[in-house]
Amino acid sequence: MSDLRELYQEVIFDHNRNPRNYGVLENANRKAEGFNPLCGDQLTVYMLVNDQGIIEKVTFEGQGCAISTASASIMTEELIGKTVQQAQEIFDNFHTVVTGGDCDVEIGKLQVLTGVKDYPTRVKCATLPWHTTNAAINQQDEPVTTE
Amino acid sequence: MNKAVQSVVNPSDFDVLAIRSDFPILDQQIHGKPLVYLDNAASSQKPVQVQQAMQDYYSHDHANVHRGVHSLSQRATDSFEAARGKVRAFLNAASEKEIIFVRSATEGLNLIAASYGRMVLKPADEVLITVLEHHSNIVPWQLICEQTGATLKSVDVNDAGELDMQQYKMMLTENTKIAAFNHVSNALGTINPVKEMVKLAHDAGVTTVIDGSQAAPHLAIDVQAIDCDFYVITGHKMFGPTGIGVVYGKQALLEAMPPYQGGGEMIKLVSLEKSTYAELPAKFEAGTPDIAGAIGLAAAIDYMNEIGIENIARHEHELLDYATARASEIKKLKIIGTAKNKASVLSFVIEGIHPHDLGTILDNEGVAVRTGHHCAQPLMKRFNVPATARASFAMYNTIEEVDALIAGIKKAIEMFE
Ligand SMILES: Cc1ncc(COP(=O)(O)O)c(C=O)c1O
Repeated sequence: MSDLRELYQEVIFDHNRNPRNYGVLENANRKAEGFNPLCGDQLTVYMLVNDQGIIEKVTFEGQGCAISTASASIMTEELIGKTVQQAQEIFDNFHTVVTGGDCDVEIGKLQVLTGVKDYPTRVKCATLPWHTTNAAINQQDEPVTTE
Repeated sequence: MNKAVQSVVNPSDFDVLAIRSDFPILDQQIHGKPLVYLDNAASSQKPVQVQQAMQDYYSHDHANVHRGVHSLSQRATDSFEAARGKVRAFLNAASEKEIIFVRSATEGLNLIAASYGRMVLKPADEVLITVLEHHSNIVPWQLICEQTGATLKSVDVNDAGELDMQQYKMMLTENTKIAAFNHVSNALGTINPVKEMVKLAHDAGVTTVIDGSQAAPHLAIDVQAIDCDFYVITGHKMFGPTGIGVVYGKQALLEAMPPYQGGGEMIKLVSLEKSTYAELPAKFEAGTPDIAGAIGLAAAIDYMNEIGIENIARHEHELLDYATARASEIKKLKIIGTAKNKASVLSFVIEGIHPHDLGTILDNEGVAVRTGHHCAQPLMKRFNVPATARASFAMYNTIEEVDALIAGIKKAIEMFE
């Protein structure tokens, strides 16, 4: 049970119960859908990016497990005010850590999600919101999937 | 509830512990807890008898089939054909010519769609399936409908997960050429009234294809009594190996159908201009088959026969009844699929807990269940859930294992509160 608590930290439950920045963003200028065919998880990320490439707002909406919901919620908090360039860097670092790479990389609040690295089947839950954001930034038309 | 416990603990002719000892994989710990394997609908475990049969074959008898004049080739051929005989008896087919070995149920359904479907379907024709189908009994029909211009239609279920028979009847129109449906639903456990469905289809001049993947491990199957035109099973869900499946087809239909794949084994004479095809069943078995797989499947059939399919069904029914009763005590739990006639599957959702999270928490308790859409996305949509958790029982499961499942669910609910 102890290692399960590594995965399901209190912060995760909190974000799962009360996801931040949840809902449709009416004035979004970037949007993408993400889908995990393995578990049926589905989410949409909305972004408002200004002319300087700064992310003014990010919201998400969809259905997912506690890990993906918390990951999306924490992600939105992290991204607001960052440039798209910085967003990319944060995702790269996060991806490195949760896929079992160099764990000394600084990832701030995202640290609470690193428990997934011991659950290979759940890594995709944590990264789906980020892949989706990536697609939104790059304005891909096709929905992204984790497969 | 107590009644169920008693009848399993005091079986007259069913010894679950003896059965368990034939499945060494069950005797292990997962995260420090005894493994409770409840993902049988995805794939069942294999008894030592099946493993031994395959091992013996490779240790003593292996060579290619139907080709050599030497002794090993003869032995391999004999074993392979004996396996066909076992499958024929298991399905009660009229002839071994009607038993075609394939790789899986998926390949079997693709064979039928590609060969029979392409032969008969014309634009304006219809293929009728149901919302209960596994993707492998949906997508092959979509593909063939796209290629032929035919239309794919689907019958709905009621809220219990039972087919709407009224609708089924109405949807068998003069345009319908093929009706394809499963015998038992993998996602909900619903047992369909296949005999009645075949009768209705035949009355409307419609050819029937039954996906029996989930029926084979739980029910006695008699294709002649059902009178279906095609019936498909898959070895790994019925205690046999992966990589082997079977298509049963009525001989007259199989005779009329073009080959599915071309290659060795399936020909009589080949010239560079034209080939003539082998007799049934070889016509549909191009290339070197999964000989060991067929032998393993035959051993699995022997194993089930020895225990008795009625005994297996009775035991599983007790497990399902007990699990259903215990699950119903949990307030936040909702069972998806409450058909009166059900086999061995408990599909459910829990308020406030995504099935994926539940799956991880149960795994931590040693309990293996399936979580997700169970390759039945249209059905998930019908019940308006993204996914479910599914516990599916086999002959080697016990009442204590159901208790472990229930305890795990309660733990998850506590964690998420
Ligand atoms: C009802 C049903 N049909 C078909 C299949 C496909 O079986 P296989 O993957 O062995 O081809 C399955 C297995 O998941 C099933 O449950």
